[in-house]
Amino acid sequence: KIESLKVTVDFLKVPLGLKKPPLKEALAAVPGPGRSKSFGVERHKARRSDIMDNESQYSGYSYKSGHSRSSRKHRDRRDRHRSKSRDGSRGDKSVTIQAPGEPLLDNESTRGDERDDNWGETTTVVTGTSEHSISHDDITRITKDMEDSAHLDCSRHLGVSLAGALALLAFLTPLTFMLLPQLLWREELEPCGTPCEGLFISVAFKLLILMLGSWALFFRRPKAFFPRVFVFRALLMVLVFLLVVSYWLFYGVRILDSRERNYQGVVQYAVSLVDALLFVHYLAVVLLELRQLQPQFTLKAVRSADGTSRFYNVGYLSIQRAAVWILENYYQDFPVFNPALLSLPRAVLSRKSSAFKVYSLGEENTTNNSTGQSRAVIAAAARRRDNSHNEYYYEEAEHERRVRKRRARLVVAVEEAFTHIKRLQEEDQKNPREIMDPREAAQAIFASMARAMQKYLRTTKQQPYHTMESILQHLEFCITHDMTPKVRGAFLERYLTAGPTIQYHKDRWLAKQWTLVSEEPVTNGLKDGVVFVLKRQDFSLVVSTKKIPFFKLSEEFVDPKSHKFVMRLQSETSV
Amino acid sequence: YSAILTFFSSQQRIEIHKLRQGDNLILGFSIGGGIDQDPTQNPFSEDKTDKGIYVTRVTEGGPAEVAGLQIGDKIMQVNGWDMTMVTHDQARKRLTKRNEEVVRLLVTRQSLQKAVQQSMMS
Repeated sequence: KIESLKVTVDFLKVPLGLKKPPLKEALAAVPGPGRSKSFGVERHKARRSDIMDNESQYSGYSYKSGHSRSSRKHRDRRDRHRSKSRDGSRGDKSVTIQAPGEPLLDNESTRGDERDDNWGETTTVVTGTSEHSISHDDITRITKDMEDSAHLDCSRHLGVSLAGALALLAFLTPLTFMLLPQLLWREELEPCGTPCEGLFISVAFKLLILMLGSWALFFRRPKAFFPRVFVFRALLMVLVFLLVVSYWLFYGVRILDSRERNYQGVVQYAVSLVDALLFVHYLAVVLLELRQLQPQFTLKAVRSADGTSRFYNVGYLSIQRAAVWILENYYQDFPVFNPALLSLPRAVLSRKSSAFKVYSLGEENTTNNSTGQSRAVIAAAARRRDNSHNEYYYEEAEHERRVRKRRARLVVAVEEAFTHIKRLQEEDQKNPREIMDPREAAQAIFASMARAMQKYLRTTKQQPYHTMESILQHLEFCITHDMTPKVRGAFLERYLTAGPTIQYHKDRWLAKQWTLVSEEPVTNGLKDGVVFVLKRQDFSLVVSTKKIPFFKLSEEFVDPKSHKFVMRLQSETSV
Repeated sequence: YSAILTFFSSQQRIEIHKLRQGDNLILGFSIGGGIDQDPTQNPFSEDKTDKGIYVTRVTEGGPAEVAGLQIGDKIMQVNGWDMTMVTHDQARKRLTKRNEEVVRLLVTRQSLQKAVQQSMMS
């Protein structure tokens, strides 16, 4: 009801000079933000037309606020990186017509103030959408992120330093075992000839192998911060610790206290410790590396926003390790998430919203038969939907044609542009002023294809992903490495299809913070039917697990001599 | 007069009205042959590489006998469908279509020329 009130007030603010304007234009003349809000509501009503009672109108409003938050962010990003001329009509989430005397959509803070001026006592109801609440949410989210990362850093560093200390201890222990008797009671030791020397050499080489193996296995840059302790690593550290401690215990009791004189025995004791450490290393290799290699489960990763899905085969992993595996493959397999591609074409929505607009203006004073009204609206929506899919289809076909036309223009422009330059051959005598390095060559031919490129990117809604600078860099790259016509394929391939996320400029699109949501503890192993979700702000990846079935392979022996053939005898059929 | 027995082929058009027996429509003869069969086993064909469809048996008093079909006839067409290059099963299907009550066959028959000679001589 508040919205309808707001809408009527907005409507009254239309300049009186207009004589019976069509509803759309009247609303366009209304202050921009109000109109975009109501459009958002109508859009939302159009999407969720099955829940049309008054309560959901409010919820729809606040949902739109969340939506607009992200959409506004996208718009900001887009605007910051746009170097081309402004396009007035940018998509269904932005205002298409400027109301007289109103600032553009980007200036969010002033818009909020204006709304507050208009809405005196009703601001309390619309807090879900006001600027203050949004900024508050942002702040809380940012502080939470900071706290989390600080906490994680501490625990990570603790874990790493602990492991390092333990490794150092384990490494130095055998040397200490062998050195201490020499230092403390050298005179009493029995002389130990060839066997000891052999043992010394073997200790030296085993320790070297252990060092190399540990370096290869453990000293790698961690690829992710896990939310929980990595169970196998913790297990191994405990094992090593116990091993070393028990060896020291026995050493202290049997050798130091009693001043063992058989030096060969001492050296053999040290060698046995090194052997045990090597076996622990072998265990580490098996647990950390080998066990996960043989595929046991098939993971299906679906992006919630637009439904792209991929399948992966993994072995026995814990949920958190499987999550990291999925993420590594996500950045390489999934095409980049383009929220602009999700929304319905403008023509469909505007037509719908204008129709609903007519209806909602009429019902501002009905409280008793609201359910009746809402049912009527649902029925009308159901009937109307018969036409909207038709419009959607034609709009889609039209869009396809537009994209193809623009793409054809782009390809022709690029081909033509590339014919303007060629690589300098040694025998060509050219003026030094005319010789260009790749960067200059790229700039020289960029102008002729810039317009076609810009139009194509705008039609396919890819313009936030490619700045002029990035296009120039890519052009320079292509020119440097190849000048044959194949380059046009290579140059354009990047723009014609939406590539994986990792291809685009690092800072903006490679988000590192993901949230793992799971019903089971994340250190549990994968099992059939486990579902977990990897969340980002705009979308989430839903991952479900299925066990690879157990194959019953049976053998059938075919004797090569058994392949024999005869002509078929006459068969007689009665009809 | 001399009777020279020579074989020659003549074409006959035979119209068989199917007989209803229970749930089936039967024609009253058996066929053999087909491009998936062994043509050397065919007792009725003159050319032992002929893979056509031949009538191997005609039931007594059946619709085929009544219409004039004889054992050893080679069926060339059934209701306009060619039967010279079909498999055995295809031939069977073309003859036993459920919605057809009448089949018109074009058959080739080898008959003795003796009769012609006699008429020529006399």
